[in-house]
Amino acid sequence: MSAAMTSPAGMQGEPLLDIRNLSKSFGEDRSLLQVATGKPARVLQAVRNVSLSVKPGETLGVVGESGCGKSTLGRCIAGLYDPSAGEVLWQGKPLTAIGDRKAASRQIQMIFQDPYSSLNPRMTVEQTLAEVLKAHGLVDGGKARAERVDELLLTVGLPPRLKDRLPHALSGGQRQRVSIARALAVQPQLIVADEPVSALDASVQAQIINLFEELRDRFGIAFVFIAHDLNVVRHISHRIAVMYLGEVVELSEADALFDAQRHPYTKALLSAIPWPDPERRTAAAGLEGELPDPLNPPAGCSFSTRCAWVEEACRARHPDLDPYSNGHLVRCRRMHEIA
Amino acid sequence: MSGTTSLLRVDNLVTRFNGHGPAVTAVDGVSFDIRPGEIFGLVGESGCGKSATCRSLIRLFGGAAAEIAGGKVLFDGTDLAELDDRGMEDVRGARIAMIFQDPMTALNPTMRIGDQIMEGLRRHRGLGRRAAREEAVRLLASVGVTSPESRLGAYPHHFSGGMRQRVLIAIALACRPQLLIADEPTTALDVTIQDQILKLILRLRDETGMSVLMVTHDLGVVAQTCDRVAVMYAGRIAETGETRQIFRRPAHPYTRALLDALPAHAGRGAKLKPIGGEPPNLAAPPPGCRFHPRCPHAVEKCQQTLPELEMIEPGHGSACLRVKELGL
Repeated sequence: MSAAMTSPAGMQGEPLLDIRNLSKSFGEDRSLLQVATGKPARVLQAVRNVSLSVKPGETLGVVGESGCGKSTLGRCIAGLYDPSAGEVLWQGKPLTAIGDRKAASRQIQMIFQDPYSSLNPRMTVEQTLAEVLKAHGLVDGGKARAERVDELLLTVGLPPRLKDRLPHALSGGQRQRVSIARALAVQPQLIVADEPVSALDASVQAQIINLFEELRDRFGIAFVFIAHDLNVVRHISHRIAVMYLGEVVELSEADALFDAQRHPYTKALLSAIPWPDPERRTAAAGLEGELPDPLNPPAGCSFSTRCAWVEEACRARHPDLDPYSNGHLVRCRRMHEIA
Repeated sequence: MSGTTSLLRVDNLVTRFNGHGPAVTAVDGVSFDIRPGEIFGLVGESGCGKSATCRSLIRLFGGAAAEIAGGKVLFDGTDLAELDDRGMEDVRGARIAMIFQDPMTALNPTMRIGDQIMEGLRRHRGLGRRAAREEAVRLLASVGVTSPESRLGAYPHHFSGGMRQRVLIAIALACRPQLLIADEPTTALDVTIQDQILKLILRLRDETGMSVLMVTHDLGVVAQTCDRVAVMYAGRIAETGETRQIFRRPAHPYTRALLDALPAHAGRGAKLKPIGGEPPNLAAPPPGCRFHPRCPHAVEKCQQTLPELEMIEPGHGSACLRVKELGL
């Protein structure tokens, strides 16, 4: 990567990651009544028929509220969940063609929200990082390994003298840097970051976001950046997918999405952000109601129960994710009327 | 703020936590006032003392070994810091109510919603069972809970996070408090639900004329809801003023840095401007100005002198020694 911010339009060629019609469902245990009456267990469709691609060096933002399936999607990409249907292609081949789970994890790494529970509290920073190097047989010899640990720490902006610390002796920002160093240890091509800055204070959040951008520019790593904070996602992403009730409802280049949303949910989500400017107060009523029960999604359009634009036809038929313009997909049958 | 009577005036409040290890002065000389019907914001990062400040007001420390080591809390003419426990109980819940960040742990999981609302009505307002029940239904309706009658018998786990926060607000409003303390009331909620709850608080303030102390880390929440605001850093107030003043002309390097660090304020494709370092450990705060180790404008005197809040324009105070020479 030479340019600091290569636009996705400039990234030609094969996608690194290609998700096709991916679904993931979780079965509820059958109750005694259901067993007795022969009814099937209820199924929660956490991710429904999602197709997305990520090009090398690209950052794809995934936004949505809790329960929209964004974390489940991230875990399917990272191989932590097996999809119920659909496939994940890596450089055009099924993910399983890379090899076993370990081989796949050398290509795709994951970073989690809470840098406290995602680090082993009994392992020092050095042990945490050295374990990855050992497990993947990446560096031979203790001395070389120690050097690589120092190098990784410097890459994420931590002084190597911190390597003997346990996680509890580090601040939240430092812990998240260790998580990032651990992900970088295998030199992955893609990092799935699930809410990596939401547990951090504003001043530290900006440090970590800048670090992600540095890593992208330096190593050409692609990111799937999952977050609920739209301002953060807009800042870091080339393209953004908006999810609602397990589905992608809008997919667009980041700036285009913020300039003109075509799905009523995206519109509502953006207008709900408390904008840090007292001159721009919004008094208008926002989105009403709450997320429908995912065990019992509404018929027709998933958003129809809360949508201000809803018509009878919206409840009758489930809309497809259709192109609005080049590179801008919207799952709304009234997308051309919504300005 | 001459000419305006305050509902609450906090004067040089000091709160100390005596746990294991060294004592931590979480609130170190904090002063502010809240006027009737006003939404006053207390904003800062985690550990800055904003929650400790509001807990000091009603002396609810959740079992922590905390003491108010100095200062006054004048509420409607009474010094709350002087009240005995019994006197405090009559103020708490009745005249000052509080809602918390996590609406799950703030509700009793084994008690029906209706009983939790009626408890305060019977204790503080002396209502009978039937009257309390009717009032509970009215309260639930006023906070936007649909079919309130049928919800009285529900337990907290039947409710979503947003609904639980509405129930907590209903409980808080039960005794028509003069002051509502809202400690990060929307932090655990999704953005569209946050929007609903913030608008609910604004509407209830307009309807009842109560004052609100809004504690938050989110400058967006401050900008959208607060009339005036105090920015806290490491147990002290760095800057205070009208919300518009603070956003238009931040007069403390910390406030300015905090605003600059927001992704919403960064230009397209521009790098974010983080604040270097991390907030200090309050068990051993740095000498002089608490912010000097992270401040790009720090000079020698900042390491030695603890700055006091000084007015730079009417209603707008800054605790920066260099505020004038920096032209902040």
